Amino acid sequence: MATKTHDVETLVKKEYEHGFFTDIESDTVAPGLNEDVIAFISRKKNEPDWLLEWRLKAYRHWLEMEEPRWAHVHYPPIDFQDISYYSAPKTKQDGPKSLDEVDPKLLETYEKLGIPLHEQKLLAGVAVDAVFDSVSVATTFKEKLADAGVIFCSFSEAVQEHPELVRQYLGSVVPAADNFYAALNSAVFTDGSFCYIPKNTRCPMELSTYFRINASKTGQFERTLIVADEGSYVSYLEGCTAPMRDENQLHAAVVELVALDNASIKYSTVQNWYPGDEEGKGGIYNFVTKRGDCRGVNSRISWTQVETGSAITWKYPSCLLKGDNSVGEFYSVAVTNNYQQADTGTKMIHIGKNTRSTIISKGISAGHAENAYRGLVRITAKAENARNYTQCDSLLMGDKCGAHTFPYIEAKNASAQVEHEATTSKIGDDQLFYCMQRGISEEDAVNMIVNGFCKEVFKELPMEFAVEAQKLLGVTLEGAVG
Amino acid sequence: MLNIKNLHVTVDDKEILKGLDLTVNAGEVHAIMGPNGSGKSTLANVLAGREGYTITKGSIDYEGKDLSGMAPEVRAREGIFLAFQYPVEIPGVNNIYMLKAAVNAKREYIGEPPLDAVEFLNLVKEKVKLVKLKEELLNRSVNEGFSGGEKKRNEIFQMAVLEPRLAILDETDSGLDIDALKIVAEGVNSLRNRDRAIILVTHYQRLLNYIVPDQVHVLFDGRIIKSGHRELALKLEEKGYDWVKSEAAA
Repeated sequence: MATKTHDVETLVKKEYEHGFFTDIESDTVAPGLNEDVIAFISRKKNEPDWLLEWRLKAYRHWLEMEEPRWAHVHYPPIDFQDISYYSAPKTKQDGPKSLDEVDPKLLETYEKLGIPLHEQKLLAGVAVDAVFDSVSVATTFKEKLADAGVIFCSFSEAVQEHPELVRQYLGSVVPAADNFYAALNSAVFTDGSFCYIPKNTRCPMELSTYFRINASKTGQFERTLIVADEGSYVSYLEGCTAPMRDENQLHAAVVELVALDNASIKYSTVQNWYPGDEEGKGGIYNFVTKRGDCRGVNSRISWTQVETGSAITWKYPSCLLKGDNSVGEFYSVAVTNNYQQADTGTKMIHIGKNTRSTIISKGISAGHAENAYRGLVRITAKAENARNYTQCDSLLMGDKCGAHTFPYIEAKNASAQVEHEATTSKIGDDQLFYCMQRGISEEDAVNMIVNGFCKEVFKELPMEFAVEAQKLLGVTLEGAVG
Repeated sequence: MLNIKNLHVTVDDKEILKGLDLTVNAGEVHAIMGPNGSGKSTLANVLAGREGYTITKGSIDYEGKDLSGMAPEVRAREGIFLAFQYPVEIPGVNNIYMLKAAVNAKREYIGEPPLDAVEFLNLVKEKVKLVKLKEELLNRSVNEGFSGGEKKRNEIFQMAVLEPRLAILDETDSGLDIDALKIVAEGVNSLRNRDRAIILVTHYQRLLNYIVPDQVHVLFDGRIIKSGHRELALKLEEKGYDWVKSEAAA
């Protein structure tokens, strides 16, 4: 009996929506990496000597390092000499001074992505820094933020305008030689966002960076640094897309967060880099180091991520809980379909007294995808009364995908309380049939069940992002029922 | 409304229904009784269009349409409702959110505009009284943490909201204590009307004390071997299934 409306394997797969390419003249250096290239980038950015030195030091470290191979992902070796380390849209002068000077083609690109940079069209309450390949092309609502004393600008601009802040905090959370990709980023990073919230200030709007890789054969190596001074609060959003290309592109970013006494940072990501096609060809390698430092007492850092894109995702947004009573949170939804691979999780390092951390991780696998959660909870000897709660749930769709959980727990203080819960479930045929018997289509039923599964994470996202995340999930898993 | 002729159904290549005939008219309530393994639940699942049930012979005609090629969600929108024997839990999916999606999928199918939140809530408030379902259950995840009785009441509540033309109640009485059984039966009785047909699949005649059927059928070894009125159920209770079996064999 033909009870099924369609064979799921032939269900129309929705194409990657953001896969277009913007034909724009750009300054791109020839592929290859050496000290000259680094000096070129530094010169292009008119950087002070200390920063060039810092880059070169990182580069020399990197040369000594080996590419990590411990993650549960498989890919051919990357030829780091075949990547261009700098690509920027050509601008008439040194760079756009205001939105009016930004190339209209670029504005159009962001319009297409649903990120209008014209301030009057923007969602009220969200300031955006747009990063196109290697450079930041526009930052909106700057004046309004400046009134509150908030600094929000591209990284390059921060180096020029606020060198003392950059010098004080750069690499203070993720040292230049922290790991292979962080070292590479430290050597060649080209731009990114910088944000400083002064004492006792609640940032008046959501801050957002939108990353776009456009040029081919380039890597994107941006750096984000957010400093929340005593008693301040900021909510920060990050979104990413790239054109569809057959070759793999490397994205190796570093994000550093610093929360001083009583400060709070909420960092949300919706990552939708191009995942490659159905056969696993192309797509972004997303090898990112994200770390937050709860440096002050009663500080709080919260990571929320929805990872739907990239061919390979390798990232562990972490919290160093140094301040007494500080709080670290990690809420994650990682979706993999077709041949995507994800090895993602978090590290919660408890150092101060009465520190608390919460980890909620939801992994969804479909197609031939592999999805791993890897998490470390470390309670150091001095961390009296530390508490951690971890919940890792995996949802499998079909029988060709995999879900893996690698929890590491190190407790060196007897007063620690660490809880770990993990579940793995399959989208049940019973659940699907139940919804369908009520008149709901198979796709809507899958969406409903998956969104239900992710609810605890979605509720942590700011409103507009939560809606976008739900839609993305639908697109990513379209046709994935098996 | 429903016309089943010489229906043969296999599950995993094993023939379960072996030439079943059944005619149900609008406004009627039919009880299908029979021992374990006779094919009662198979019949319910085949009517709802569950995967894994293969029709090898015969036909099912519903309102002049051939059901065999119709997707389960389309059957639902055409007015077929199955009250599940074991309603599943769907964590994180709000009970009435799912129901609203169901109502609006059906409305879209029949060319009516979707109900907005207020209209839908009014409908829910009206129907929830029928089965005395605690209102707090409405906003929980579908069937999650519901007691056995609450799950069954939730099924009848969904039936009340979706207003099907043909409702199949698969062992809705199983696992209910007498008070819960009465509440469910009252709910079902209030949904009886001239345009709606109901098929009660049950082991026990107990349910039929509360929902009085127009016809009673005995299903045995994949066929209906005896049909009658209310009295047949009472006789079955008194004499057991062996009595019909031997009569049918004779």
